[in-house]
Amino acid sequence: MPAIWLTLIVLAISAIGFFMGRQRALASAGGDSRNLHSLPIYYGSNAFMKSIVPAFGLMVLWMLVQPLFIDNRVVQMIPENEVAQGSNVGLVMSEVRRTADGLSKAVDVGLLDEETARNGAADLADVTQRLKDAGQVVTSEITQTVLNASQAYRSMAQTSNIMMTIAVLIVAVAGAAWGTMESTKSFRARNTVEQGVLALLIAAASVAILTTIGIILSLIFNTIEFFRLYPASEFFFLLEWAPSFSGRGGASSLGILPLLWGTLYISFVALLVAVPIGLFAAIYLSEYARPKMRSIAKPMLEILAGIPTIVYGLFALLTIGPILLSVFGDDGLGWMQGQRAVLTAGLAMGIMLIPFVSSLSDDIINAVPQAMRDGSYGLGATKSETIKQVVLPAALPGIVGAILLAASRAIGETMIVVLGAGAAARLSLNPFEAMTTVTAKIVSQLTGDSDFASPEALVAFALGMTLFIMTLGLNVFALYIVRKYREQYE
Amino acid sequence: MTDAAMTPDSAHPSKSLTHADERTKKRNAAERRFHAYGIGAICTGMFFLIALLAAILSSGLPAFRQAVVEVPFTLTQEQYDEAEKALLKTGKYTEYFVTSLTDAMESEGVEIEFDKKAIERLLGKVGGDLRAYYRENEDQLGTPVSFELAAASRVDRYLKGTFKREDLQSGNRFFMPEDFNLIDAMREAGLIKQVFNWNFLTGVDTGVDNPGGAGIGASVLGSFFMMLVVLVLSLPIGVAASIYLEEFAPKNRFTDFIEVNISNLAAVPSIVFGILGLAVFIQFAHLPQSAPLVGGLVLTLMTLPTIIISTRASLKAVPPSIRDAALGVGASKMQAVFHHVLPLAAPGILTGTIIGLAQALGETAPLLLIGMVGFVARYPDTFVEGFIEPNSAVPAQIYNWAARSDAVFTEKAWGGIIVLLLFLITMNTIAVILRRRFERRW
Repeated sequence: MPAIWLTLIVLAISAIGFFMGRQRALASAGGDSRNLHSLPIYYGSNAFMKSIVPAFGLMVLWMLVQPLFIDNRVVQMIPENEVAQGSNVGLVMSEVRRTADGLSKAVDVGLLDEETARNGAADLADVTQRLKDAGQVVTSEITQTVLNASQAYRSMAQTSNIMMTIAVLIVAVAGAAWGTMESTKSFRARNTVEQGVLALLIAAASVAILTTIGIILSLIFNTIEFFRLYPASEFFFLLEWAPSFSGRGGASSLGILPLLWGTLYISFVALLVAVPIGLFAAIYLSEYARPKMRSIAKPMLEILAGIPTIVYGLFALLTIGPILLSVFGDDGLGWMQGQRAVLTAGLAMGIMLIPFVSSLSDDIINAVPQAMRDGSYGLGATKSETIKQVVLPAALPGIVGAILLAASRAIGETMIVVLGAGAAARLSLNPFEAMTTVTAKIVSQLTGDSDFASPEALVAFALGMTLFIMTLGLNVFALYIVRKYREQYE
Repeated sequence: MTDAAMTPDSAHPSKSLTHADERTKKRNAAERRFHAYGIGAICTGMFFLIALLAAILSSGLPAFRQAVVEVPFTLTQEQYDEAEKALLKTGKYTEYFVTSLTDAMESEGVEIEFDKKAIERLLGKVGGDLRAYYRENEDQLGTPVSFELAAASRVDRYLKGTFKREDLQSGNRFFMPEDFNLIDAMREAGLIKQVFNWNFLTGVDTGVDNPGGAGIGASVLGSFFMMLVVLVLSLPIGVAASIYLEEFAPKNRFTDFIEVNISNLAAVPSIVFGILGLAVFIQFAHLPQSAPLVGGLVLTLMTLPTIIISTRASLKAVPPSIRDAALGVGASKMQAVFHHVLPLAAPGILTGTIIGLAQALGETAPLLLIGMVGFVARYPDTFVEGFIEPNSAVPAQIYNWAARSDAVFTEKAWGGIIVLLLFLITMNTIAVILRRRFERRW
């Protein structure tokens, strides 16, 4: 791994810079650190920082830009007519990359010498055979264009790697030298280092922004690409979801409405389970339960929140499904056809959401001032009357917020519906039928096939965008309600 | 003086403290009902928890047991030479095995007719195993050796009661109806015993033709490498971001924007992070698909908000007097934070990080999108390859098994869940212990 070696070398250079900077500063102060502006370690750190940060920055930047640059150059080598029908340049390029990778690996194994790997006039069949012998995955026919393109790709990548190594090393050495040169006794090393650290802290805090930008950009670009291939009006208003499996586009019907219906229906069932149980549990725990009971029951309920969703998915598919089927299936009432149904997934999701609703509501009920309860008791109300007529109305906005947050969790939940809800998109009111959701379809459209150019795959990004906007909207709305409520008692 | 006051029992007959009137009874009944609803809700929650745990344990524990057939076996030098000269060498060994198995059963008073084929159906390639053993250990020739041979998955399931005689419509090359009799006979002779299935913990995933041999080992390693990436990236970045936001950030638009971003990211569905990983790390940056490195990066982005939120809480819990004292003796702000506040907040940060890691360990959906569901049956060769070679992760492996129709894989999926939950329980216990031990009330 050359990148790892480069990293280690840069680290070594920076370490040398550290000692030289420290040494030079001490020497300039005549060996007495009291004459320095800062502690000796800051002079060393200054040199270390000036060497390592720009070097790694350049390395990362180079690695990000290099593929884009090389791709751009190599794409020009592929003539328009070489791209087969039903394929596109992106597919050919991934072929080129695979072949270039294969060439390098074949050279490593010794089945191919460097000369042949570079030779543009090399025998096509021979190279293909050698690649196969080396255990490289290549398609049956590498065309002459692909071979030449991948050879160009490979040599450009190699040149670029060498250039990167040189540039990074120069930057590291220059940084270390600069930091060392600066190290005189009057240099304010601590201030410089602290400014650098502050910059790093700000950069770390910005990762959250970068993530959001990354999510939004990756969703937007692919969604736009999707709408270029598939009419937006059909996506939003078509009542049918039937992606074609073989062809690319054309026969597919990709209407989001059945998926949205399934998502909302299953979430509704889940909330129907979770909200009453969670709310009553919260009321009981905060108003009735003795401290000992509370200290046992609350953590027990919260265990449910710590269990991974894949477990609930399996529980839905293999436990809830068969139980429901034995009651409502052909042996029982005859309403249910298979284990996977809206009810199966909804029940499992409801169980998952109970602790979510209960702990949020618990906090909110506890935040209602005791004086309001005391006032109610003073007028002769019973405990339940106080709760129903005083505490709950006061806590209502917060509880609504909690339910909205739970709904947002339910809409975004994936594993339970992938395993428990089924694969068929349906617009139906029957909770015993299998339906599918937005999240389940994102998974099924994006797994397996690595071709991102077809509308069948790109639709997942449009679905993801819808999901993102829905959950974000619910969260913002919920937080708004909760925040507004909190101000009332302060 | 009115008459009404003299006859209290006529106008308001029960205005008495000792006798409740209709309305009071109703109100008290409503009170009791409400109380019962609360208890009912708690009990339902508990019931679901117990049902879930019972389902996991009852379906998952059999995955850790494996039926083995233990047969005393002696091979003489002559038999060895004869077998090595034979055309079908392993076949010869199987024949010897059939003989000694018959003898072993007869000595226990059980008699049954069976052939080589039946043995291969029930115990796999016995001959090959025996031959390999004796070629390795020629000095064992002539002395009795006790062989433990793992039974095929159908034998296992028959013994566990999940595969019954009536389930088998007709025989195939994997199982014939008369094999049930042979299993019963071996059980009667006391040759079958249950041992702990180490292969499940150390093995790799197998194809659909050998469900019994599938193990979770390789995917545990994949999860381990992913958690390593998450730990190495999310802890420093999360702590640095929290320090900035809690200690240095001025109150301005930029800071507000970061805060809003973090609280929103904490609520973004995990599948959206999977889409991000697919688009940015695989589509754009061309990192290898299915690699633990990519999985770790995606999970890092997902865990960061959790870690930042808990780290900020523990930084906030350090009283301002500590900072003031440090500043008072001449430390710079940076020194006060790094030398005094951070060490005091460390236990809380560690606890939050462990809980964040536990969350990331159980996450499945984003891993499906970056391709960690493929059938990968090998351990990485080197440490670096562990990060970049395609691998699976425990939850992805569980999903993979659950999606296959074979009942043996279902059992493995439940078993995998036990493994996953054990890891989660351990991590959470460590977090709780850390908090109990080092928590400081100021």
